[in-house]
Amino acid sequence: MRRVVLGIVALGILVVAGLAVTHALRGPPADLDLSRSKITAHGRYHVEIAPEIDPLALAVMHGWVLTLTTPDGQPIEDARIAVGGGMPQHGHGLPTAPKATAYLGSGRYRIGGVRFNMAGHWTLEFAISAAPGDDAVVFNVIL
Amino acid sequence: MGRYWTVCLLLVLMFAGAACRPAELSEAEKSTIASLSLSQLPALPADPSNRFADDPLAAAFGATLFFDQRMSRSGTVACATCHLIDRQFQDDRPRSVGLAMTNRRSMPLADAARSPFLFWDGRRDSLWAQALAPMEDAREHGVDRTAYAHFIRNNFASRYERIFGPLPDLSTLPANAGPFGEARERAAWAGMSDDQRTAVDRVFSNLGKAIAAFERSIVHQPTRFDRFADAIEAGRHPEGDAALTDQELYGLRLFIGRGNCITCHNGPRFTDDHFHNTGVPPVPGLPEDMGREAGAKLVLADPFNCLGRYSDARPQDCTELKFMVGEGPELKRAFKTPSLRGAASRPPYMHSGQFATLDEVLDHYERAPASPDGHSELAPLRISDRERAALIAFLGTLSE
Repeated sequence: MRRVVLGIVALGILVVAGLAVTHALRGPPADLDLSRSKITAHGRYHVEIAPEIDPLALAVMHGWVLTLTTPDGQPIEDARIAVGGGMPQHGHGLPTAPKATAYLGSGRYRIGGVRFNMAGHWTLEFAISAAPGDDAVVFNVIL
Repeated sequence: MGRYWTVCLLLVLMFAGAACRPAELSEAEKSTIASLSLSQLPALPADPSNRFADDPLAAAFGATLFFDQRMSRSGTVACATCHLIDRQFQDDRPRSVGLAMTNRRSMPLADAARSPFLFWDGRRDSLWAQALAPMEDAREHGVDRTAYAHFIRNNFASRYERIFGPLPDLSTLPANAGPFGEARERAAWAGMSDDQRTAVDRVFSNLGKAIAAFERSIVHQPTRFDRFADAIEAGRHPEGDAALTDQELYGLRLFIGRGNCITCHNGPRFTDDHFHNTGVPPVPGLPEDMGREAGAKLVLADPFNCLGRYSDARPQDCTELKFMVGEGPELKRAFKTPSLRGAASRPPYMHSGQFATLDEVLDHYERAPASPDGHSELAPLRISDRERAALIAFLGTLSE
């Protein structure tokens, strides 16, 4: 009977290990920060992003509105914003080259040309240059 | 001891039973399967770069041109030579043969109108701009631009003018002139005035627009997989011509699950319309093929692109071109993800027909060799022979 128990335990360990490996290969970390509102890496800005389509969908070219303020909420004008990102688990970048296409007032910038071509964990990265200095922020997006 | 073996036997039977009998589809699987059905395909979007795209007269004229072998230098090659109407508008060859053998495999045309970039390397950004490239390629139709204009005036003047308006005066133009082709054709082209070249290019681009209007009518037809997916979506039990065998269903679950095939082959057309380096080997004897790296530069420089003077689009309509990734290591040897609809019945595979069978394709995915240049996105696919057979069986349900 002891050998049966040992066998079952070993089988259980194998299954759990297999699932863990599969999960690590395929999925994003379980505790991924999915917030759409963040302080930039060096604390210079508060950035909030919102997609112009809801829900997000594969294969649809769409825009986002990025709202840029100081950490205490003062809108930032005349910012230069470079957009990057990709799929960390796959090691590739975005399929398109999104850009800041318009200033909408009150610290809001339109980011055009975003399209996700695969389901999974994406990052959207923004490098910001304005009067308070250069800074950057990374958002996680799950499709 | 007897009790030990009994318990072991029961455990083995439990696992074997679970493995042999297909488990119920999870809600996530059902949702993914529904996303692949042709019934999820939205209506064909308008093509703002081609104001004749949905003009029935233009489509009828385009169909005539598509099948007319006089559209070639030899009088033996039409679009339909490499895009055969009864073969999914492709030609079953590793590399297509017009006036001579080309370097690439012809692509099927169903729903090609939905691709933001055409050709394996995306070097054209609309169906109409795509149609123009083979017409003046020396190995395909091999005709120059003024010869096309003269041909239309001599054979189709009234049909052309009913759609596009008056033809320009061609009486003083050389019989043969174009920016490509032989030296004397190029010299004759250089000797024409800007206005004359523009007038000829306008006629030339309109031929592409007519052919594109016809090609927009070539669409995917629902298959057994779609009937299955629609039944699952509606909460019905798939029966009769909507049923999948246990093996096909197993293959489908691998496709959307552990096989990760759906990563790139997603949506109702089973393609992400993007370009990937999957380490497909080069063909010995052919020049180096850098795929999208070259295609991205070509489409930006193409005078017939969405932003060009022959396009009917407003600049703000040209979002694909405007937000295109134009350079970077990921473009090297990257080729367009083909649709898998009908793929099982149209070997060979890859951009130059490198693989003769789906078995060879899966061999490649299992080995995931390093790319000859650039970085392959593939990770080795770990599947058993049984799983490989199931995947291939599933692909068959996209062909019937």
